[in-house]
Amino acid sequence: MATQIFQSIPSRPAPVQTGGLLGWLQANLFADFRTTLSTLLVGGVLLWYLPQFLNWALVSAYWQPNAEACRADGVGACWGVVAEKYRLIIFGRYPFEEQWRPLVATGALLALLVASCTRAFWRPWLALLWAAVLALFFWLMLGGGGLTPVETDRWGGLPLTLLLSTLSIAMAFPLALLVALGRRSNLPAIRTICTLYVELIRGVPLISVLFMASFMFPLFMPQGVKIDVLLRVLVGITLFAAAYMAEVIRGGLQAIPKGQVEAAASLGLSYWQTQRKIVLPQALAMVVPGIMNNFIAIFKDTSLVTIVSLYELTGSLGLALNSDADWRPYKIEGYLFIALIYFAFCFAMSRYSLWVERQVNQSKQR
Amino acid sequence: MSTSASPPKTKSWSWRSQAFRGLVYQVLALILLALGLWYLGHNTLLNMRERGIQSGYDFLVQTAGFDIGESLMSFDSNESYLKAFWVGLSNTLRVAILGIVLTTILGTLVGIGRFSRNALVRGLCMAYVEFFRNIPILLQLLMWYLLFTELLPDAQDAWQAGSVFLSKGGLSFPVPIWAAGHAWATIGLVAGLMLAWMYRRWAVAQFEATGRVRSMFWVPLGLVLAMGVLGWLLGGAPTATRAPFKGEFAIEEGGALTPEFMAVLFGLVLYTASFVAEVVRAGIQSVARGQSEAAAALGLNRNQEMRLVMLPQALRVIIPPMTNQYLNLTKNSSLAVAIGYPDVVSIANTAINQTGRAVECISIVMLIYLTTSLLTSGFMNWYNARAAIKER
Repeated sequence: MATQIFQSIPSRPAPVQTGGLLGWLQANLFADFRTTLSTLLVGGVLLWYLPQFLNWALVSAYWQPNAEACRADGVGACWGVVAEKYRLIIFGRYPFEEQWRPLVATGALLALLVASCTRAFWRPWLALLWAAVLALFFWLMLGGGGLTPVETDRWGGLPLTLLLSTLSIAMAFPLALLVALGRRSNLPAIRTICTLYVELIRGVPLISVLFMASFMFPLFMPQGVKIDVLLRVLVGITLFAAAYMAEVIRGGLQAIPKGQVEAAASLGLSYWQTQRKIVLPQALAMVVPGIMNNFIAIFKDTSLVTIVSLYELTGSLGLALNSDADWRPYKIEGYLFIALIYFAFCFAMSRYSLWVERQVNQSKQR
Repeated sequence: MSTSASPPKTKSWSWRSQAFRGLVYQVLALILLALGLWYLGHNTLLNMRERGIQSGYDFLVQTAGFDIGESLMSFDSNESYLKAFWVGLSNTLRVAILGIVLTTILGTLVGIGRFSRNALVRGLCMAYVEFFRNIPILLQLLMWYLLFTELLPDAQDAWQAGSVFLSKGGLSFPVPIWAAGHAWATIGLVAGLMLAWMYRRWAVAQFEATGRVRSMFWVPLGLVLAMGVLGWLLGGAPTATRAPFKGEFAIEEGGALTPEFMAVLFGLVLYTASFVAEVVRAGIQSVARGQSEAAAALGLNRNQEMRLVMLPQALRVIIPPMTNQYLNLTKNSSLAVAIGYPDVVSIANTAINQTGRAVECISIVMLIYLTTSLLTSGFMNWYNARAAIKER
C-alpha cells in the first residue's frame, strides 16, 4: 500500500478585479459569453437609435415659434409648437388677459403641496394654511371681489389637473379610511354596505363613473337644482379613488395583530380611540407605498376628464392644436411636452413616497 | 356570616349595551341609505317624466341605425342595439384577452430583466418601467393613435414586407382561405395536445420513479406541432391564402388590423407591462436569498434557477397583484372611446346619444364590466389556490 504523501493542489488564480471602472465593466457587461453577447446586441441597438432620437429631439430641433421654418427639410422636432401655444396648453380656455390669475393660483397651490410634504410644516396650523390657500385659489380662479368673474367651464390646463387631483385626494382619503374601517366592522349591515360600495366601484371603469357624473347626475337632482360639472366630476373621481384606497388601507388594517386591539380594549379605550391611537398609526405606516401609488394613479386618472369635455392638460392640448392647421402636424411634440409635465409630477411623487416610507418606518430600523 | 356576594345581576339587555348601540347604528345607516336611494330614484322618475324620456330596455330590439367601424362578426345599421352591444363586447374582449397575454409576456421579461447581470439590460428595463408607468394611459393611447394615423406612410406607399403591409390604413396580412385541410389540421393540433398531456403524465411518473429528467418543453411542443402538420398534410395541405395588395386608394383584401385596434393594444400592453414588471420584480425579491444560493450550490444554471426555484415560489406573491393588473387592463380598454375604437363603452355612448336611455346603457356597461371582473378574478383565485403552498 503506497503511502500517500500530502501534495497541495495548484493554487487558484487570483479573483477577477471587481473594483474600479474596468472591474465594474467586466463584472456587469462582459462577465461571460452570454453577457457579452447581450451587451453587444443591446448596445448596438442603443448606439443605432439613441443618436437618431437625440438628433431629432435636440440637435436638429427647431425651437422658435415659426411653423414655416419647421417644415424645412432636415429639421427635427418642432418645439416651436410649445413656444407658440404654451399658454393655451397650460391654461386652457381661461381668458387670455386674465391668465396671471391661474398662474398665481397654481403657484400658490404648488407651494402649498410642496410645503405639506416637508416635515417642518406638519403642524396643526397646516390645516388653516390649506383653507387659506384653497380660498385664495378659488377667489383667483372664479373672480368676484374686484376681479372679473370667470365661469368654471373656462378653467383648464394645469390648474384644473392640479385642482382635481389635490381635492379628490384630500376628500378620498378620509372617505377611504371610513370605508376600510367599515369593511372590518363587526356590524353586519355596515360591513355589507361598505363591501358592496367597494366591489361595485372597483368593478367598473372610471370612464363610466365619469359619464354617470356628467350625464346622469342632473337626472338625480330635484328640478331647478344645478350642480357645476366640475363639482360633479370631482365627486365622481373621489368616489372612485376612495374605493381603491380603502382596499389598500384594509390591507394594512388586516396586518395589525389582534393583540393590539385587545390590549387597547383592556386599557379601556373606546372603539374610536383604539382606531385613532393604536390601529391606524401602525396600519397607515405599513401601507404608505400603496397609498402613494393611489395618489399617483389619481393624478394620472384626472386626464380622463377630457373625455367628458373638461379641458385639463390633455384636453387643452387638443383644444390648442386641433383647429390650427399650421401647428397640427406637430401635435406629437405637444404630447411629449405634457407627457414630460405628467412624468415630472409622478416621478417626484414616487421618489417622495420612498422618503416618507423611510420616515414612518424609523421605529423599525436599527 | 354567609355573606357571599351574590353574583352580579346579568341583565340580558340594556339601553347602553354595545349590542344595542350597534343595532341602532346599523338601522340608522340602512334608513339613511334607503332614504338617499329613494330620493335619487324619485327625482330621476320625476325628471324623466318631465322631459319625456322613456325608460326600459325595449330599445335593445330596435334597429341601431349606425355602422360599426370594425367587428369580428358582420354588422350593418339595420340590426338591433342588442347586436351592437354584442359587437362592442366582442371588440372589448378581443383587445383585453390579447392584451393580457402580451402584457404577461412583456412584463415578466422586463421584471426578470431587472435582475440581469448585464448592467445595460438592467438599466434599460428600469428606464422602461419608470417612463411608461409615469405617463397617463390616455395620453399614451392618444400618442400611439397619432403615430399610427399621421406618421405612417399613406396606403399608396405602404411599408411592405412580403405580403404584409403597414400604412395609415393599418396592418394588412394574408389570411388562409378556409378549406377542409384546416379542419384536419385543427383536429391534429387537438390530438397533439392530448398526446402531449399524456406524455407529460408519463414523464412525471418516470421522473418520480427513476429520477431521470425528461424534456418537458421541446418534446411536447414537437408532438403538438407534428400532429398539426400531419393533420394538415392528411387534409390535402391547402396553401391558398387571400393576400392583400395595393389598390387604388387603400390596401385591399387580406386580413387587417385597424390603426385604432393597434393603438389601443400597444398603449394598453406597454402601459400595463410596466406595472406587471414591478409586480414580478417584487415577487422575485420576496423569495429568500438562500433559495438562489441553494440553487447555485446544486449546480443549477441561471435559467434553471429562475425557472425551477425562483419563479414557482415568486408566483404565490405575484398572482394576486397580477390579477389586479389584468382587471385594470380590461377596465382601461374602455379608454378606447377616446380614439374611436368601437368597444362596448363607445357603442353605449352612441346608443345614449341616439335613444337618450342613459340609465339603461350605463347599467349595461357596468354589468358587462362587473361580470368580466368577477370572471377574471374567479379564474385567478382558482389558479392562485393551485399555486399556493401545499401545507399539510
